[in-house]
Amino acid sequence: MLEVKDLSMRFGGLLAVDQVSLEVQEREIVAIIGPNGAGKTTVFNCMSGFYKPTGGKILFEGKEIQGKPDFRISRLGLVRTFQHVRLFSQMTVVENLLVAQHRHLNTNLISGLFKTPDYRAREQKSLDRAAYWLDRVGLTDMANRDAGNLAYGQQRRLEIARCMVTEPKLLMLDEPAAGLNPAETKDLNQLIISLKEDYNVSVVLIEHDMSLVMDISDRINVINQGRPLACGTPDEIRHNDDVIKAYLGEA
Amino acid sequence: MAAQNMKHALFSAIVTLIISYPILGFDLTSEGTSVQLQGADTSTIIGVFIAALVVFLFQLFRDTIMGSLGKLPALSPMANRPPMPQKKRLKVESILLTLMLIGALFWPFIASRGAVDLATLVLIYIMLALGLNVVVGLAGLLDLGYVAFYAVGAYSFALLSQYYGISFWFALPIGALLAALFGLVLGFPVLRLRGDYLAIVTLGFGEIIRILLNNMTNLTGGPNGIGGIPDPTLFGMEFGRRVKEEGNTSFHETFGIAYAGEHKVIFLYLIALVLAVITALVIRRLMRMPVGRAWEALREDEIASRSLGLSRTAVKLSAFTIGAFFAGFAGTVFASKQGFISPESFVFLESAIILAIVVLGGMGSQMGVILAAIAVTILPELAREFSEYRMLIFGAAMVLMMVWRPQGLMPMRRIHIELKPQE
Repeated sequence: MLEVKDLSMRFGGLLAVDQVSLEVQEREIVAIIGPNGAGKTTVFNCMSGFYKPTGGKILFEGKEIQGKPDFRISRLGLVRTFQHVRLFSQMTVVENLLVAQHRHLNTNLISGLFKTPDYRAREQKSLDRAAYWLDRVGLTDMANRDAGNLAYGQQRRLEIARCMVTEPKLLMLDEPAAGLNPAETKDLNQLIISLKEDYNVSVVLIEHDMSLVMDISDRINVINQGRPLACGTPDEIRHNDDVIKAYLGEA
Repeated sequence: MAAQNMKHALFSAIVTLIISYPILGFDLTSEGTSVQLQGADTSTIIGVFIAALVVFLFQLFRDTIMGSLGKLPALSPMANRPPMPQKKRLKVESILLTLMLIGALFWPFIASRGAVDLATLVLIYIMLALGLNVVVGLAGLLDLGYVAFYAVGAYSFALLSQYYGISFWFALPIGALLAALFGLVLGFPVLRLRGDYLAIVTLGFGEIIRILLNNMTNLTGGPNGIGGIPDPTLFGMEFGRRVKEEGNTSFHETFGIAYAGEHKVIFLYLIALVLAVITALVIRRLMRMPVGRAWEALREDEIASRSLGLSRTAVKLSAFTIGAFFAGFAGTVFASKQGFISPESFVFLESAIILAIVVLGGMGSQMGVILAAIAVTILPELAREFSEYRMLIFGAAMVLMMVWRPQGLMPMRRIHIELKPQE
């Protein structure tokens, strides 16, 4: 469903991403790994429309999306999280989830001002969806707390829930396990698999936690210094000489 | 630490002396054609030195003084109480609001004419501040040229009535819509900017509108302004002693009562009251609608909002336009109340005062903004004797507020949303 072909991104004299290709099928979890500064997040930024790639094509469900404004890409169903959690920290947890459903709720001003039955029905629906996902990530008790006051692990889960209420087709997670303890990582592990199994969402994730990556990924792409290094199933990657060299250094 | 304080205190005292001695310590007296410099009275000079001493002592013991000031419990009795539960708070709030509204309805029949006039002005400021609250408090766009939209509203009524004889009731929506249109057009290019840059550009736009009004002499009359703006009518009834327009009747003749100048003032007050209530209710609804949440989300984190499919331009423009709309509303009422407007009424100071009301009341909080609007408009009137020191008192009040309650009189509270338990 997503195809990235020869993606390049140049910042002045620096070629941050050089001819990276990537493919994601329906209901698949694809990981992007690589050493720090390899250009993984840059690839994400190009895919989600924050950067306009200088070369290459990105096809989502057969349509070219490279260079489209970020909010349009998100409305197509390609939603991302961030390396550093970006919540609306002064808004409550529920409000965070309601903002994300803006597009589903997008009624005109008049019907909202007069609270027409149609508007109420839509609002109730988005509240129900928010309640469902809060329950799903175990944050129901926190519903009316300010999002900024949550513990870090809870913030991470809220961010994923916030993406899921938009009903995405493809979820992009940027280091979802960063800063989580082993127990939380395990929960996250199960959550991501369930997104794929129960909600038919494809997932692209960037991650440094190898146990997580090897456990849940269907395929792995390795990037090193902006260039694609290897691509394959977790087993193939584990035994790939180039990858071992890039990670451990040459002997 | 002590040495540091000492040095700082000494420095502050010397600065005080340097500034105040030349200003207060010398007098110019004219002798014939020449002007002579003389030392001032001993008492003034002593006063200057006492002031320097006070500054010195204050700076020396600053930490202790500020610390104890902050701890004064009597000044903020509510500070340490746990927040009321949502339901109780809403109840108290709605009772208070109803009482305020009933009081406001009966106010013109018990108060003097001047007081009613002042109250109308307060209501105009409430409308303005509520509108700016959307832009600054909710959407987080620092707009220093808000008064421009107020001017657009006022001038569109004045010009429409002068050239086309359009009445208040037609001009009210037209003025508001024109102001909204200006908000949209001005907003479009500038909303890419953020923070300080946006503030400077909006400040410039505010001044451009004023200077334009000042210089388009053949259309707006320039600094002479526009006079003879008609008063609002009640179903074709005029409030003047004599009917000005054909087809209208006069209020006092229709009801067979004696003519009184107060009728007009009271009527204007009631119109302003109704409009202010409408403004408050509409904005209150908007805050709880998806648009309102989008404004806040964009203020909180622009990148995250965009990644969730919110269009930055559309959301910011909607805030800017809606803010401008209510400024246009207020402007039309203002023009009608004054009967005469000139660019003098729309200087930067007005923008600053409206902004001060929003900050003082608590960004985003409607109750706070309303209270602050009342305080900021009425206090200078009560303190007429000190009129020369008005701005000084105003500044001091702002500084004190920032020390005690940096979040404003009544900071915005989040609305709790009850989720139905999952079955």
